[in-house]
Amino acid sequence: MFSNRVKKFALVTAVILGVLANFGIQTPLKAQSPILIGLITKTETNPFFVKMREGAQSVADKLGAKLITASGKFDTDNDSQVTAIENMISAGVKGILLVPANSKAIVPSIKKARDAGVLVIALDTPPDPVDSADALFATDNFKAGQLIGQYAKTAFGDKKATIATLDLLPGISVSELRRNGFFDGFGIKKDDPSIVCSGDSEGNQTKGQTVMENCLTKSPDINLVYTLNEPAAAGAYAALDKAGKVKDVMIVSVDGGCTPGVEYVISGKIAATSQQYPLKMAALGVEAVVKFAQDGTKPSGYTDTGVTLLSVKPLNGIVSQGAVFGVQNCWGTPTDGELDAAMKADAAAGIQPPTPEATMAATMAATTAP
Amino acid sequence: MDGAKQIPVLEAHGLVKHYGHITALDNTDFEVYAGEVLAVIGDNGAGKSTLIKILSGAVVPDKGEIHLNGQHIHFTSPIHARKAGIETVYQNLAVAPALSITENLFLGREIRRPGFMGSVLRMLDKKMMHKQAEGFMSDLKFRIPSVTQAVETLSGGQAQGVAVARSAAFASIVVIMDEPMAALGVKESGMVIDLIRKIRDRGLPIVLISHNMPHVFELADRIHIQRLGQRVAVIKPSEYSMSDAVAIMTGAMEARQPTS
Amino acid sequence: MSENADRISFASRIRQMLLSPTVGPFIALLVASLFFTTQTDRFLSGSNISLIFQQSGWIAVLAIGQTLIILTAGIDLSNGAVMTLGSVFMVSLAVNNGVNPYLAILIGLLITVGFGLLNGLLVTQLRLPPFIVTLGTLNVAFALTLIYTVETVVAPTELAFFGQTFKIGGTTITYGTVAMLILFLVIWFILRETAFGRHIYAIGNNPEAARLTGIRTDRLLIAVYSLAGLIYGFAGLLLIGRTGVGDPYAGQTANLDSITAVVLGGTSLFGGRGNVLGTLVGSLIVGVFRNGLQLMGIPSIFQVLITGILVILAVSVDQLSQRNKG
Repeated sequence: MFSNRVKKFALVTAVILGVLANFGIQTPLKAQSPILIGLITKTETNPFFVKMREGAQSVADKLGAKLITASGKFDTDNDSQVTAIENMISAGVKGILLVPANSKAIVPSIKKARDAGVLVIALDTPPDPVDSADALFATDNFKAGQLIGQYAKTAFGDKKATIATLDLLPGISVSELRRNGFFDGFGIKKDDPSIVCSGDSEGNQTKGQTVMENCLTKSPDINLVYTLNEPAAAGAYAALDKAGKVKDVMIVSVDGGCTPGVEYVISGKIAATSQQYPLKMAALGVEAVVKFAQDGTKPSGYTDTGVTLLSVKPLNGIVSQGAVFGVQNCWGTPTDGELDAAMKADAAAGIQPPTPEATMAATMAATTAP
Repeated sequence: MDGAKQIPVLEAHGLVKHYGHITALDNTDFEVYAGEVLAVIGDNGAGKSTLIKILSGAVVPDKGEIHLNGQHIHFTSPIHARKAGIETVYQNLAVAPALSITENLFLGREIRRPGFMGSVLRMLDKKMMHKQAEGFMSDLKFRIPSVTQAVETLSGGQAQGVAVARSAAFASIVVIMDEPMAALGVKESGMVIDLIRKIRDRGLPIVLISHNMPHVFELADRIHIQRLGQRVAVIKPSEYSMSDAVAIMTGAMEARQPTS
Repeated sequence: MSENADRISFASRIRQMLLSPTVGPFIALLVASLFFTTQTDRFLSGSNISLIFQQSGWIAVLAIGQTLIILTAGIDLSNGAVMTLGSVFMVSLAVNNGVNPYLAILIGLLITVGFGLLNGLLVTQLRLPPFIVTLGTLNVAFALTLIYTVETVVAPTELAFFGQTFKIGGTTITYGTVAMLILFLVIWFILRETAFGRHIYAIGNNPEAARLTGIRTDRLLIAVYSLAGLIYGFAGLLLIGRTGVGDPYAGQTANLDSITAVVLGGTSLFGGRGNVLGTLVGSLIVGVFRNGLQLMGIPSIFQVLITGILVILAVSVDQLSQRNKG
């Protein structure tokens, strides 16, 4: 009675669902109710968020909570996050950890969640207004920019700087904060004539390289490059390398990821980077939701999850940590031999191994991550 | 036909058409009378398809006149010719296979429901169209299980038969068929040949362009032979053989009788 | 002997309905819904189902326009970007330039219709493939949006009315959901019962045949693309109602999501076959999977994987059934 096409469609659907059912069986949501925590990131694939998810997962496992995750399809995908929040409320989460893709647009959904009794903590990126969420656990991105700006200023001294900036995309708050912090730390205004070129790298290496190539064509005498994150910095380095200019140009960045970030710091390709701690954000977030579920205590306000300047070329008057500290605290997976290379680089620069206190302060919850 | 002199249903006189340096038609004449099948044959480049395009309104001649039932007429477009009562069937199926027989028959001339539903809501009167479609098919004794079935469920011959039936249903003056069986096999062609006869028997004349001599000799009452842009002969299949016809077409032979 | 059209039997009608390309997808939707009902008791509730409709709504409306174009054997890659351009203008004009909100809506709709008209003209007059044309207008619309503004602007209530709700029993339903369903019915009616609709199928199935019967194919295609543009503007209003903002970064993958909904609904990418209710089913399939998987706690990347498998399946079924026909 049914045509072949109908049978085929229904059959494969049934097979897919059969496979899925196994997932359901392994983690029976109906049987007993562990504390359900939602984590919503901007994208699936950015390593920053991958590490955040892994960090959250391991803390959740240790505390006996269940983590459900979701993300947008692209960096600025607001609608998917709206949908995720709605579905997580339906699923019965106690708290949602959220990296907003669009700080303004997500506010009504945050309100919906809070009205339903769900704790909402923003991670990494603040919503706008910032107090629409219960709390914010994030890097002080302005400070991250300031630190590398101050480093660059000290390194340049009186020497004239010709600056290129590699940004993310227009209007993205994280990117703006870091950039403005850099200018502030360097001591210039946004429209200073020493800024000769700016481009949107979208935070990836390939586009970063293109932007840098075009900037070099426009102004061959660029000698300082601010990059909003390390993949962009890697792209900038590749362009400078091709043009034979690596000796003449200083690159500074933000992120502190194990690769390419700390790797490039070790080899000196990046002169200085501000390291941030996504695992800490995620871990603190999970702990806060569990606490809320247990006794109703809500976190509030802004918790600075810390930022540390890393460099193997330390300067007088600038507080920074070395490569070993960087590798120990980086997010991501260090390559084989990265730690050894870090130790050599530190030794060559005369940097002492990091003190236990410094390590504690930076890694607090990061040590609870794998 | 012999007998009293009739006015041709469709007639053209002194047609000339140039395409740049090429002369497609060089003073061509043409007539077709009621109730006959007139085959038009000719080698490639003889001007057959230009002649047909002029008669169906797709091309405007540089010189010459066309008369419809004795009245002078000038076609401005294929739609104009269609409105004047001339329908054309093409070699490649001009049917939409996924649509039903009824929809194909009425494509471009759908009937709308009466009153508000039709004029404001623009709703189609499907029941009426199905009914009329069945009527067309049974008039031609064209057997199909249902007019609601999609054309692609029919054989090639039946599908082309739908295109032929469509032209017969709506033509009031003449049906022009341009190589209608070229894409069909022997058995399938038989279906279309039958239809053509039935249409002729109902009084509608048919102009049939074809390369297929057996078909031509089976169907035609008269044969218009086109060569080098002119009509060189009109013969009756009863008076000539197929090879003679081909010879006249290629210029190897002259017609015995003057053009009738 | 041919059947008398007046007495097409009930059984034959049922048979013809079952052969419709929408049946397979509808069964898949039912099977999926049944499955999720067994896996979590939070799936089958009025509020959750209403949620699924809200979440799928604006993409479903985009997909209505996409269906019309795909039926003509074309495709529209620009629909998400055009929708965003229109919605951003609507909100920004009303908020930043003090334009009357309803006038702002009208201007936004004129913009989206204008892009539809542009697509139609480029396809018919320059005879360029729709894929290429709409790839171009996609980039133009996206760039124009960001040139105009990079800011997300909160929409005034007059523009966000599709997000307002009413209750039936205990279930909250948005006006947007109702509007979407009405639009589906209107387009379904046009495609089924009017000459315009049947001509759309004819052009997609055999454009030469359509032309030869006197249908003005160029005019028809321009009308279809323009109508689709209007529908995209409407989708933009639904999105504003849902998110409450005009977001220049919205909808970047919406073009592909709308094509997914059309394909999952059983409409053929070759044109001439399918129907718009199938598109509604296709959108709901995606929405049900996304919602159900989230409720089950399965990572959202699997929703993407499953959607991909279903699309390949749907297109193969379509391809194979093409081969079986003459």
